[in-house]
Amino acid sequence: MNLEHAIVIDHQPIQGGYNLLHMRAPAVAPKVKPGQFIHVKVPHLEECVLRRPFSVFRADGDTLAILYKDVGKGTHTLRYLKAGESLSILGPLGHGFPAPQTGRYPVIVAGGYGMAALYLTARTSPVKGVAFFGGRAAKDILCVSDFEALGWTVHVTTEDGSLGRRGIVTDALDAWWKAEGAGRAPELFVCGPGGMLKAVAARALQQGWPAWTSMDNNMGCGVGACLTCVLKVKDGDGWTWARACREGPVFDARDVVWEELA
Amino acid sequence: MNPDVSVNIGGIRMKNPVMTASGTFGYGPEYAELVDLNQLGAIVVKGICLNPTKGNPTPRTAEVASGLLNAIGLPGPGVDGFVSEYMPFLRNYDVPVIVNIWGKTVEEYAEVAARFDAVPGIAGLEVNVSCPNIKEGSALFGTDIRMFERVVKEIRKATKLPLMPKLAPNVSDIAEYARCAEACGADAISLINSFPAMGVDLKTRKPVLANKTGGLTGPAIKPIALRLVWLAAKAVKIPVVGMGGITTAEDALEFLMVGASAVAVGTASFTTPDTALRVAQGIRDFMAREGLSSLSHWVGTLKA
Repeated sequence: MNLEHAIVIDHQPIQGGYNLLHMRAPAVAPKVKPGQFIHVKVPHLEECVLRRPFSVFRADGDTLAILYKDVGKGTHTLRYLKAGESLSILGPLGHGFPAPQTGRYPVIVAGGYGMAALYLTARTSPVKGVAFFGGRAAKDILCVSDFEALGWTVHVTTEDGSLGRRGIVTDALDAWWKAEGAGRAPELFVCGPGGMLKAVAARALQQGWPAWTSMDNNMGCGVGACLTCVLKVKDGDGWTWARACREGPVFDARDVVWEELA
Repeated sequence: MNPDVSVNIGGIRMKNPVMTASGTFGYGPEYAELVDLNQLGAIVVKGICLNPTKGNPTPRTAEVASGLLNAIGLPGPGVDGFVSEYMPFLRNYDVPVIVNIWGKTVEEYAEVAARFDAVPGIAGLEVNVSCPNIKEGSALFGTDIRMFERVVKEIRKATKLPLMPKLAPNVSDIAEYARCAEACGADAISLINSFPAMGVDLKTRKPVLANKTGGLTGPAIKPIALRLVWLAAKAVKIPVVGMGGITTAEDALEFLMVGASAVAVGTASFTTPDTALRVAQGIRDFMAREGLSSLSHWVGTLKA
């Protein structure tokens, strides 16, 4: 992990309140593994004492990109950052997604901008699998062409039916399994809102599929010191806390105490 | 000129006057990839009680204007867990290790202190009598002068290590606690702990912390801390370690000027992990600029 001043190369709104921030970060970018995150000190926001965590979307050479939605004070201020400006980043942080297992069929399940955390897994996976993207509406479905360009098949669902199949992402996953699951041994890579993670994990556990879920907990220091981002994981017959920033953000779905998740 | 910034805090010899504040720097390894621990004045580790503890439910922190609310609830590995998991790591460094200790009873405080007395590589003990997030014990020891006196006296009997009670800010007369610590044989005092506080959510009509209330830290509490450190330093002869919202060398120099002999960086380490090192370097630069050969020429020089 490194602390460095990254330089903004490009910063553009994509659609529906989502933005793509591309930066040069020679100390951090080359070390990024799929599913890891960076911790960003939002410039011009001196009253905020905490950094903001963002999954790394792409990492190429000495540059990396994050994809984010304007959801609060931090991201709202971040939006105004222009090319050429610098920002302090800490990373890469956390344990990301493992390399897909040989002999299994990789399946990506993403809710909203959760796909950003999964792009590097799709790119490095030797087998091009199937990806399920779910969101409220067409504007929440991002980067389908990026995944298709890697050779993955993308199934889109929206709650309002404005793009792809109408429904939620697990509907599409269930339908695919019924129609095309025969003879396949899936391995799931999942990122999205808590409710979606829980629903997908429940299917994986029931079916006995390996599943890796990226947990989006509120975070403080990002390095394991403050113990803000803890979640309950199984420990023998009981439970113990695990830090999303250190032991995670990606957890084996079998380890998470899902009942405790809001 | 190469100014002398070394200090001796009640028998703890530090290369520079900047330590980490308990609870904001883990146990050391968390930041070791980013911060050269050898360059810290001292490491103060997160609070340790006798047995392993799980701490509070989540949410445990919430950001507020220029500060952070927390109610972590002192989760930790207990004395044995800390000694076996972290001391081998910490002994690799040339930096004083100060263990922050707490207990639910006077007896537990004394036992924890006694146990650490026998552990090689520990430079001193900071006594947490003032955590606002523990239901039994801790906060009470910090805000009731008789309880405070009892616990400091018992710990003093239990250990020969340099002893540094950490004072609570929410008392009516901080000088009384400072003097009491000195009279009970403390080698130094540190202050302030976080200030009791809360935040609420208008949508859910619930407190923002699972513990309902918590402690406020960060730049928001700096002026409160500065006054209390000034009052405490005037009241005692033992060294005072000042903390509360220190983010820059200027902040630290203010605490030193009002009478602190050393300072601690807390919440600012979350924002920028190497803040303590930057603050130490900034103090050196300031002294060189001002022609101050020794920190003692600056400490307590407030004209008031």
